[in-house]
Amino acid sequence: MTDITKEAMMPPRSFLSQDAIQVFYRLLAALLICAVLAVLSDSFLSLGNILNVLRQASLTFFIASGLTLVVLTAGLDLSVGANVALSACIAGTVIHKTGSPALGILTGLACGGIVGLLNGIMVTALRIPSFIATYGMLWVLNGLTYWYMAGETLHGFPAGFRQIGSGYLFGLPIPVYLLLVFLGIGTLFAQRTIWGQEIYAIGANPVAARLSGIPVARRLLLVYAVSGTMAGLASIIFLSRLNSAEADIGESLTLPAIAAVLIGGTSLFGGVGTVFGTFIGALILTLVLNGMNLLSVSANWQPLVTGIIVILAVWLDMKTRRRAQ
Amino acid sequence: MREAAVVSEPNPLQRIPGVAIVLVLLIALFSAIAPGFLSVANLSNVLVQSTILTMLALPMTLIIMTEGLDLSMGAVLTLTSLCVAIVSLATKSMLLGLGAGLLVGAAFGVANGWLIAILGIPPFVATLGTLGMAQGLSLIVSDGQSVVGIPHSVRDIYSATLLGVPVPIVMALVTYAAFHGLLYHTRFGTYIFALGGNREALRYAGLSPNKLLIAVYAIGGAMAGIAGLLMTARMNSGHPTAGLGLEFDAIAAVAVGGTSFERGNGWLLGTLLGVLSVGVLRNGLNLISLPSSVQVASVGVLVIVALFLDGLRSRA
Repeated sequence: MTDITKEAMMPPRSFLSQDAIQVFYRLLAALLICAVLAVLSDSFLSLGNILNVLRQASLTFFIASGLTLVVLTAGLDLSVGANVALSACIAGTVIHKTGSPALGILTGLACGGIVGLLNGIMVTALRIPSFIATYGMLWVLNGLTYWYMAGETLHGFPAGFRQIGSGYLFGLPIPVYLLLVFLGIGTLFAQRTIWGQEIYAIGANPVAARLSGIPVARRLLLVYAVSGTMAGLASIIFLSRLNSAEADIGESLTLPAIAAVLIGGTSLFGGVGTVFGTFIGALILTLVLNGMNLLSVSANWQPLVTGIIVILAVWLDMKTRRRAQ
Repeated sequence: MREAAVVSEPNPLQRIPGVAIVLVLLIALFSAIAPGFLSVANLSNVLVQSTILTMLALPMTLIIMTEGLDLSMGAVLTLTSLCVAIVSLATKSMLLGLGAGLLVGAAFGVANGWLIAILGIPPFVATLGTLGMAQGLSLIVSDGQSVVGIPHSVRDIYSATLLGVPVPIVMALVTYAAFHGLLYHTRFGTYIFALGGNREALRYAGLSPNKLLIAVYAIGGAMAGIAGLLMTARMNSGHPTAGLGLEFDAIAAVAVGGTSFERGNGWLLGTLLGVLSVGVLRNGLNLISLPSSVQVASVGVLVIVALFLDGLRSRA
C-alpha cells in the first residue's frame, strides 16, 4: 500500500517539468544581468572577473545546496554561517597541530555534520520549530567559536591545502569543479533517489508523508546533517582560500545562502524547488554583488541589497504560487 | 488553549514556578561562586544594564503572542541608535535625535508588519530580510565608523537619576506599566491575544487582523527606537554593531519567561523576570571572568532548553 501512496503523492519530476521552466526563467534573468553588467562595466567580461564570479558563486552554492534540502522539507537552517566559522577554526587548528590537511578536512566535515545532526535532533526529537532551534544554535556556535579563538587568527596553511580554494585546473578554479560535482550529486540525490523524493513529500505534506510510511524523523535528521556537512565543506574551502581562520568569517554567509536558495525558486513552504535552481540563485546573487563591486558601490550596501533580494524572492515565489492555484 | 484567547488576565500561579525558579537558581548560583555578585553596586548595575533589553523584550512578547517573530530588532536598534547619534550631533537636540530614532524604528516596524500581514511572508524570513536591510543601512549611514561627540543631553539620560533612581530604570518601569496596561486592560490587548489564538474571531467581530498585526510590529520598531536612544547614551556614541544579537537576548527573555511560541498566550511579568534572568546570567558569567562569547553560548542553550520545555508543556 505504501508504494502506491508514495507514487500517487509524488508528482513526476521529469526534466521538462514545472521546475525546469522555473529554472529556465532564472537562467534568462542571470543572462540579462550579465548583459547589463557587460554594458555598464568594461571589466565585467574579463576572464579574471568571470572566474572570480564562478568561484564566489561556488562558495555560496556549497552552503546553499545543503540548505536547499532543509528548505524543501519546509524547514530552515539559520546556523549555517556560524557553522562554517566554527568548522573552519577547528579544522584550521587540527591542520596546524598535526600538519595533516587530510585530517583537518575530515575534522571540518565532521564538525559541520555533528552541528547539523544536533539541529536535526532539536527539530525532530525536541520538536522545536527549525528556524528558532537553528537560530539558537547560531548563537551557541558563535559563542563557542569566539571563546575558542579568543581573538586569535590562524594563519598560514600548507601549499597543497591552499590549492583547494585558490588553485586552478585546466584554467578553471578548483572550487568550480567541486561545484559541478556537488551540483551533480545534489541533483541526482534529490530527483533520482527514493530518499530525495521522500524529502519532497515531507515538505509538500508532512502528515501524508508520515501516514504513507516515510520515516519522517530520520529523513529530517539526514537533511539537517547534510546541511551541516555542506557547511563543513564550505569551511574547508574558505580556510584554504583565505589561508586564515577567524571567529567572524561566518557572519556574512547565512543571509546570502538563504537568498540563493530563495532566488533559485525553492519555496519556503516546502516541497518545491531544485538544487540546480539554487545554483542559478547563487549565480544571480553573486552577479548582482559583483556588479555593484565593479560599479564601485561600497561593500556597505551588500547586506541591504541582499535583504531586499530575500524579501523580493519570497514575495515572487508566493505570487507565482498563488497564481498557479 | 485556543479558547483562552479572549481571557485577558492569565493565571500567574500556573507559570510563576518556571521562570522564577530559573531566576532564583541563577542568583543563588552566582552568589555562591561569583565574588561581589550580591553587592548593591553590582545588583543595581544588573538592573540598569537590563533596561535596554526590557524595552525590546516587552514588544517581542506581544509579537511572539501573535505567533510571529522579529529577528530585525537588534539591527533596527543599531540603526536607530545611529540615527539618534547623528541627528543629535547635527542639531544638538536630544529630542530631535529621539524623534529620528522613533521614526526610523517605527518605519521598520510598519515595514515588517506589512510584509508579514499584507504580503503574507513568514515572519522569520521577512524580519531576516529587514535585518539585512537595517544592518546595511547602519553601515551606509555610519560608513562603518563610530559616531562620536554626541551632546551631553543624550549621554546624561543614562547616568542621571530621578529621586535617586537611575533614569533608565524609571523608563523601563514606565514602559512595563504601559505594556501591562495595554495588554491586560485595553481592547487592543484583548485583540493581541486573539491575533495569536483566534484570528477568525477578530474577522467576525469586524476587525482587521492585518492592521492590528502591523500595529504590533510598529510598536516593536518604535520601542527599538527608544532603546536606541538608551544605547547611544550608554555607549556615548553610535556604533554600527551596537545592537548585534540583542534580538536574541529578547527572544531568550520571552522564551524563559514562559510565553508560548505555539499557543498565542503571553505573560509580561514572566518576560520581565526572563530579562532579569538573562541579565543575571550574563553579569554572573562576567564576574567569574568568562568572556562574552561564553555568555552568548549560554543564552543560546537557555533558549533551546526553554523552548523544549515549552513544547513539552504545550503537548501535555
